[in-house]
Amino acid sequence: MTNRTSPTSEPTMSDGVRDPGGPAVRVVDLAKVFAGGVRALDGVTFDIPRGELTSIIGPSGCGKTTTLKIIAGLVDATSGLVEVDGTPVTEPGPDRAFVFQDFALMPWATVLRNAAFGLELRGVPRKEREETAREYVVKVGLAGFEDAYPHQLSGGMRQRVGLARALAVDAEILLMDEPFASVDEQIRRKFQEDLLRLLSEENKTVIFVTHSIEEAVYVSDQIVIMTRAPSQVSKVVRPGVDRSGGSDHIRRSPAYLDWVERIWAELQGYLET
Amino acid sequence: MELRGYRVPMAFSLLVWFALWEVIGRLELVSLIPPFTDVLLAFREVVPTADFVEAATITLQAFVIGMALSFVLGFGVGFAMGRNRAVGSLMGMWVNIFESSPLTAIVPALMALLGFGLPTMIATVFLFSVWVIALDTQVGVERVSSSLVEMARSFGASKRALYFQILLRAALPELLAGIRLGLIRGMKGVVIGQLLIAVVGVGYLFELYSRSFLMPQFWALLIVLFTFAFLASEAVAYFERKVSFYASSR
Ligand SMILES: Nc1ncnc2c1ncn2[C@@H]1O[C@H](COP(=O)(O)OP(=O)(O)O)[C@@H](O)[C@H]1O
Ligand SMILES: [Mg+2]
Repeated sequence: MTNRTSPTSEPTMSDGVRDPGGPAVRVVDLAKVFAGGVRALDGVTFDIPRGELTSIIGPSGCGKTTTLKIIAGLVDATSGLVEVDGTPVTEPGPDRAFVFQDFALMPWATVLRNAAFGLELRGVPRKEREETAREYVVKVGLAGFEDAYPHQLSGGMRQRVGLARALAVDAEILLMDEPFASVDEQIRRKFQEDLLRLLSEENKTVIFVTHSIEEAVYVSDQIVIMTRAPSQVSKVVRPGVDRSGGSDHIRRSPAYLDWVERIWAELQGYLET
Repeated sequence: MELRGYRVPMAFSLLVWFALWEVIGRLELVSLIPPFTDVLLAFREVVPTADFVEAATITLQAFVIGMALSFVLGFGVGFAMGRNRAVGSLMGMWVNIFESSPLTAIVPALMALLGFGLPTMIATVFLFSVWVIALDTQVGVERVSSSLVEMARSFGASKRALYFQILLRAALPELLAGIRLGLIRGMKGVVIGQLLIAVVGVGYLFELYSRSFLMPQFWALLIVLFTFAFLASEAVAYFERKVSFYASSR
């Protein structure tokens, strides 16, 4: 894992100087009570190791999206703390990029302009940002669709645009909220493969929300399992499935199936009966 | 329009109506309706007169200033109502009341307050058009998907960028509908205002023509106004059709 530039002179919330080998994100005792009185989070604590893919899994409505949005700086926590590289998060920043469950593409803009939008907001000159965006549009497998509009694309392709937009801003941390939830099962598997391949080239820290146990076990280095709302962390596991053998091989391997079963057992306790 | 499988151009159906008009006029059934050809002749007679040019100028002036005020305030209030729930419920009731109330009734009060000139006409245009613009703007802004707003924020959008690049663009279908309806209301406003004032603009001409029973001139003037209103609303409708593809997919 490369050591991203982090000046050690700057004081941090954590004890002592900043540790470049420390977690990329620390979530400490996070609680969230919504205006209507809904208690979503009730003391959520976990670390996100640098350069890894961490999934957050839990029953629907347990506060996965809320957690991710607090990390993104889009939603304020009621109490608790999120640290990115040792600095408390108060607002969105260039070190984090979000991939939205419903894609959040601008319907009036082409694929290329959508993919370049993060850079456009940062004031990168047009030529430069379109060059970068074009590169990522190709990388996510949308070569030839640069001038298409979102409504001309399938759900899977739209999410690829969302991914290209997030990659183009070159943030260290990628926050993905059920990115494949509205994508067909066959395309979903292909997408998982593509994501893993892309991430192996890009060297990002990824926080990945999903409700699919199989998906979590398949793509993750670490899995954070959450309880029902008001939620806490039930368990953090590291399946460490050996990915050397190809996807069909992995999905049939005893280690993979065993992990799916164990997480299922862990989650079962929190499902409504 | 289709007739026995043939596409009939719109100009043709207009021709049929004009022919019918001509016949009714020639029959001298109703004194209010002169033959269409007389109206056309009156057209050439009315348009170049100093009276008409003056009336058109002052009407256009009142219309443009009134509409400009309506757009500024209508968009402003509409955005505030759409973005802020408290403002929405505080202002919403009043905007709705005014939007659906018979504003013609308050024109005499405006005259008493602002006199018989341009200020009253501007105020009428404004009062007729501003509410629908504000309401459509509010609807448009409220319909902008919250994830699009979060997307912009997450990539570091400034307030300005959020308004101009996301909210304004995403709400464009409703904004254009508001503009089109506002223009139509504003035109009604300027004519009704002038009719009630009766001493200025096209209102004065209408008054003059109908008092002196110059029906061809009266109709010619009406056609000028119809055409203007039609062209203005069609011009906006053209842009509306261009953005309609994403009105359903936000
Ligand atoms: N803006 C909000 N206002 C009120 N309640 C909310 C809001 N957003 C989420 N919630 C509630 O908080 C809980 C957690 O939501 P969410 O984080 O979306 O769950 P998940 O993503 O795990 O399905 C749910 O009960 C949801 O209804
Ligand atoms: Mg969710």
